[in-house]
Amino acid sequence: MKTAVVLLPGLNRDRDMIAALTAITGRAPRTVWQTETTIPDVDLIVIPGGFSFGDYLRCGAIAARAPAMRAVAEAAARGVPVLGVCNGFQILCEAGLLPGALMRNNTLRFVCREVKLEVVTAATRFTGNYTDGQIIRCPVAHHDGNYFADDETLARLDGENRVVFRYAEGTNPNGAIRDIAGIVNTDGNILGMMPHPENLIEPEHGGTDGRAIFESALGITSRLAA
Amino acid sequence: MKARIVVTLKNGVLDPQGKAIEGALGHLGFDGVGSVRQGKVFDVELHGTDGESAQAQLDAMCDKLLANPVIENYTVEIA
Repeated sequence: MKTAVVLLPGLNRDRDMIAALTAITGRAPRTVWQTETTIPDVDLIVIPGGFSFGDYLRCGAIAARAPAMRAVAEAAARGVPVLGVCNGFQILCEAGLLPGALMRNNTLRFVCREVKLEVVTAATRFTGNYTDGQIIRCPVAHHDGNYFADDETLARLDGENRVVFRYAEGTNPNGAIRDIAGIVNTDGNILGMMPHPENLIEPEHGGTDGRAIFESALGITSRLAA
Repeated sequence: MKARIVVTLKNGVLDPQGKAIEGALGHLGFDGVGSVRQGKVFDVELHGTDGESAQAQLDAMCDKLLANPVIENYTVEIA
């Protein structure tokens, strides 16, 4: 089972992501530097979190135009699953691979804490090991997680069952419209989410709620605590 | 050739930074402030292009990078 992690200057969650993928798949992911124009043949591509290019212009805007992102788009078009976490989600939106935009948190504060997420649908390739409506724990750490899209886009996301995660139980940390924490593209093979599932995958993290996202995407059976 | 591009948030898009600035102006005693919206200005110098192709190029730059059409509008002024 092979994975790849895209590396960009200014990311800081890449090591956590590499550790998580290594723990889950038993082998280290391939890394793809931003200037590379091809991506190796893998079962999952991950764009980790951080502050690529210092969030200059808009968060994710410069990274979205990097050569490696063209390669990500090509791989995604072939059906390869792509997961973008935090800055990775922002980059996917800026690249036009996911609809909408992530704006400054409505509190104007950087938020670093645990939230509750509702798994809105288990009928995606990233959530198959959860159940519809399941509430999971997940850490967040971001300054620009305030998801925004126009009404037409929101109606389409809801109508096509593409909102995958919502902040639950009043834990929306950033003002995201309709509590949206994660969405998929039309084909269902690109997931962008603000929370960090890679930081909740082994008991030493205090929980394993995030693990099933990776296991679902990679076709591994999850042993979920009820 | 010099151009100035102004990028602003679309109407209806919440601008928490503008709100914070609005509050700070209030703290400084500026009472008559109805609202503040924050935007961005880019001064771009172009080499060897005529007005028409410059306009087309600058529009393309905005569409592809300088503005995010989901949340922002832009105007281009060629000096």
